[in-house]
Amino acid sequence: MAEAPLIIIKDVVKSYRRGNQTLPVLTDIDLTVPRGAFLALMGPSGSGKSTLLNLIAGLDAPDSGEIVVDGLTVSDLTESDLARWRAVHVGFIFQFYNLIPVLTALENVELPLLLSGLSRRQRREHAENALALVGLSDRLDHYPAELSGGQQQRVSIARAVVSDPTLIVADEPTGDLDRNSAEDVLNLMERLNLELGKTIVMVTHDPHAARRARTMIYLDKGVLSDAPQNPLA
Amino acid sequence: MLLKILWRNALRHRLRTSLTVAGMVVAILSFGLLRTVIDAWYAGVAASAANRLVTRNAISLIFPLPLSYAAQIRAVDGVRLVALGNWFGAYYQDPKNFFANFAVSADSYLAMYPELVFPEADKAAFMRDRKGAAVGAKLATRFGWKLGQTIVLTGTIFPGNWEFTLRAIYKGRDRTVDETMFILHWDYLNETMKEQSPHRADQVGFFMIEVNDSTRAAGIAQAIDARFANSRAETLTETEKAFQLGFVAMSEAIILAIRAVSFVVIAIILAVVANTMAMSVRERRREYAVLKTLGFTGTQIAGLIFGESLVITALGGALGIALTFPAAQAFKAAVGQFFPIFNVSRETILLDAAVSLTVGLLAAAAPAYTAARVRVAQALRKLG
Ligand SMILES: Nc1ncnc2c1ncn2[C@@H]1O[C@H](COP(=O)(O)OP(=O)(O)O)[C@@H](O)[C@H]1O
Ligand SMILES: [Mg+2]
Repeated sequence: MAEAPLIIIKDVVKSYRRGNQTLPVLTDIDLTVPRGAFLALMGPSGSGKSTLLNLIAGLDAPDSGEIVVDGLTVSDLTESDLARWRAVHVGFIFQFYNLIPVLTALENVELPLLLSGLSRRQRREHAENALALVGLSDRLDHYPAELSGGQQQRVSIARAVVSDPTLIVADEPTGDLDRNSAEDVLNLMERLNLELGKTIVMVTHDPHAARRARTMIYLDKGVLSDAPQNPLA
Repeated sequence: MLLKILWRNALRHRLRTSLTVAGMVVAILSFGLLRTVIDAWYAGVAASAANRLVTRNAISLIFPLPLSYAAQIRAVDGVRLVALGNWFGAYYQDPKNFFANFAVSADSYLAMYPELVFPEADKAAFMRDRKGAAVGAKLATRFGWKLGQTIVLTGTIFPGNWEFTLRAIYKGRDRTVDETMFILHWDYLNETMKEQSPHRADQVGFFMIEVNDSTRAAGIAQAIDARFANSRAETLTETEKAFQLGFVAMSEAIILAIRAVSFVVIAIILAVVANTMAMSVRERRREYAVLKTLGFTGTQIAGLIFGESLVITALGGALGIALTFPAAQAFKAAVGQFFPIFNVSRETILLDAAVSLTVGLLAAAAPAYTAARVRVAQALRKLG
């Protein structure tokens, strides 16, 4: 018997209001993501990839429709319940790393654990393990400004997994990296998926990055499909 | 660790933070000094006792009352003790050397002012010597006067050179007591007047009255004034406090201005700190969005911003308070003769602290509100 999917998206509609104009972004999205998937969400710029990712991760709410993650209807949660839920269940990787500049690598990774009720020692231990996983054990006390882009992104991956979330979302994680660093980051994500069993949803418009994922879907003009409508996109 | 973020954020723009803290120091220092000046103005009021009344000529303080009133006032029900005196208005060596000097009926006056503390033997020596003088410790120090020394004052209201022997030096019972007064015997003044200008003899500038029951003071004051109504010299009797307030009232406009300035200073620093906080928070919008993404709540983020603002104002406030004491000393050295009491009061320090806290909270309010409500998805959009 197949396991229940981790993410179920039903009839989701999302539009942005700018002044008195309404800009429809997602018109009628249905999507299920099985547990343990490594999904690449592709599509041209402005097609609503980030918007959809934010909805899945509970950073924004849909206009209508339902989003269920791990059995919980996140589209119904209040903002503070969402915050608490994110802290436990979702790890984030951004294009621009988004580390806190006044904290060291170790402190940045430790940061999400402040919300976990772990002791100081446990927090430190977990953070060190996560940084070891991404190969940065020798950079614990470096500040973000003292690290390369690739290293910063690896710190942010460590931060995303340190609280052991079920789901990891990544928005253009290699968008700002050179080829080699991008390769490191993709290798790491692959390991998170295969070795740690994390479900990953990765937004990218880089076909090279997308090929590393196990599933690809395309978003264009607010509609999802299994293959690009315009193969040159 | 949140404290670490807060602290390091505060130190992120060293120059900006230092300038803001410096502004806070100056503001709290000025605020404290201005309050202390106002306190000094009201020192006489603060030191007045509830059971003492002052009777003076109803027309003006510069017109005298007949000596014969003393016995009549003593006869009023509720009056325990009556002293009398004149503003002597003399100076020492140079008219610039200003200090308060009174001719008083020494035994009753000193009995009424237990806050002037004398060594018993010296006090007795002063009582015995008609040409003796008693002065406050600060005044004695100022002119280097020693017990037994002859002091010559130059009269203005009562012209001529007046010779006194310094018999006693008093200290204040507490910090609110004026230690710069010069006290001489009214009898000596009056007898000299009898010889030199008899029409000025037996004239009294003010009567000091001690009542049995301070709750009845108002009624007793009325009874005294009623007794002299429609007489040649009508009286105005008020509590010592009201009397002192009357002096202060003359400069009320200035005090009001000082008070206003002290709050303007605070309003300005509030604007400065609020601007600093707004700038910092605007620059870090993205970081606060990241914290939110990780699951931190708006309240926790607002706490970071309030904390940072309070670090700045507490630092500035503490330094400002610390500097208020030496600054007040310097101020006192410069113009102390006009302000016999110039102390930085506990209330001023508490007010300084309260002001620092309030500025810290108010300055952070708007930026904290904005940051707490930051829309994550929006703030994290590319290049945001
Ligand atoms: N907060 C917002 N307010 C208004 N319009 C927005 C907002 N966020 C995104 N959009 C618009 O929605 C569309 C989809 O944006 P986005 O999801 O970021 O696309 P992608 O990530 O695929 O490039 C774009 O046209 C963008 O301009
Ligand atoms: Mg995007």
